[in-house]
This record gives sequence, structure tokens and C-alpha cells, in this order.
Amino acid sequence: MGRRRLIALGFAVGSLLGIGLYARRGREGRERIDLYFADGSLVSLHSDSPEAAPLLLHAHDALRAAAA
Amino acid sequence: MTEPSAALAELTEISSQIESAVLFGADGKVVAATIPDEPAAQVAASAKALLEQAAQIGDGELTQIEASTGDGSLFVVKDGTTMIAASTSAEPTAGLVFYDLKECLRAVAKPPAKPAAAKPRPKPKPKPRTTRPKSNGTS
Repeated sequence: MGRRRLIALGFAVGSLLGIGLYARRGREGRERIDLYFADGSLVSLHSDSPEAAPLLLHAHDALRAAAA
Repeated sequence: MTEPSAALAELTEISSQIESAVLFGADGKVVAATIPDEPAAQVAASAKALLEQAAQIGDGELTQIEASTGDGSLFVVKDGTTMIAASTSAEPTAGLVFYDLKECLRAVAKPPAKPAAAKPRPKPKPKPRTTRPKSNGTS
């Protein structure tokens, strides 16, 4: 009986951790920067692009300051 | 020209998606903000750095940026020497936010409307002449 409970508890904790990690990864995966130029062109940089990383850092800094 | 703080107040009133906004100049100096001075200066500095770094990526003139993160989105719009940075919750309607931010910048940059020229005062009408009947002294 005790073992069953332990297994169920482990399963529940594992599921919760999995959901949390999946959600976090999903949030990070959605990060992107869209650059709009005067001639109407658009450059979209996703978080996995090396050019996006420094820009996202500035964006995070600004959002953190705005929320403070 | 609308006062910058009044333009920002109107912006946050009409756009429910915008949580905070900072108007700043080309030098990064805050012109007006919906948040306290210190965080506003930080937002302006980060947005200016973002604009400068992003401008090196494309060939043309960079006019606006949307940075979407898990914590929310940052919008930066440039109009001449005035810039505005605004934060929104996650997944906003980007087109509407950009429109509202551009309207705000336009309102700040617009020259003041000239007061209507004072109309010349109409000349006072001459009083109608009244001719008194001459008394002939026979009363």
C-alpha cells in the first residue's frame, strides 16, 4: 500500500516537473525579435539565431525595468 | 503639440494592452514616462541600445521593433529624433500597439494649431437719424 502511494506520488511529481519544463521551453522557444524598416521590409529573428541573443538581452532588461 | 505626459496618458487610456510607456530623445534622455524616473531611464537606455544594435542588422532605416518574450513584449518606435518604448503583456495585437504608439509620437511632434485669426470688429452701425419735427411755436 505504502509502495503504491510512493509510486503514485513520484508519478505526480514527475508529471508536474515535466509540465513545468515543457511550458518553460515553450515560452523560451516563442521568443523573437521583429525589425521593421522604413522601406516596408521585415526581419524576424528567433531566439535560436545568434543575432537575436544580444537584442533579446536588451529587451529583457527593458521589460524588467518597466515591471519594477 | 500635445504635452508629452498628456500624450502618454491618452495612450495608456486608449490602449488597454500597453502596460507602460517611455518617451525619450535620441540621446536616451527621458522626455516623459508612465513609470517612475529611475526605471524609465533604464527602459530608455535599454531601448536605445536595442535600436542601435538592431540598426546594424538590416540595410535600410530601422523604424520599429517588437521583441516578444515569455514575460511580455517590448515595442520600440522611432520617429525622427523622438522614440517611444512600451511594454505589453504576452502576445499583444502588434498592429494595434504600433498604430497607437505612432499616433502618440505624431501627437507629440505635431506643431501647435494656430489660433483662429481674430475677426475684425464690425463697424458699429450708424444710428438712424431721427429728425425732430420743427416746432413752429404754435402750441
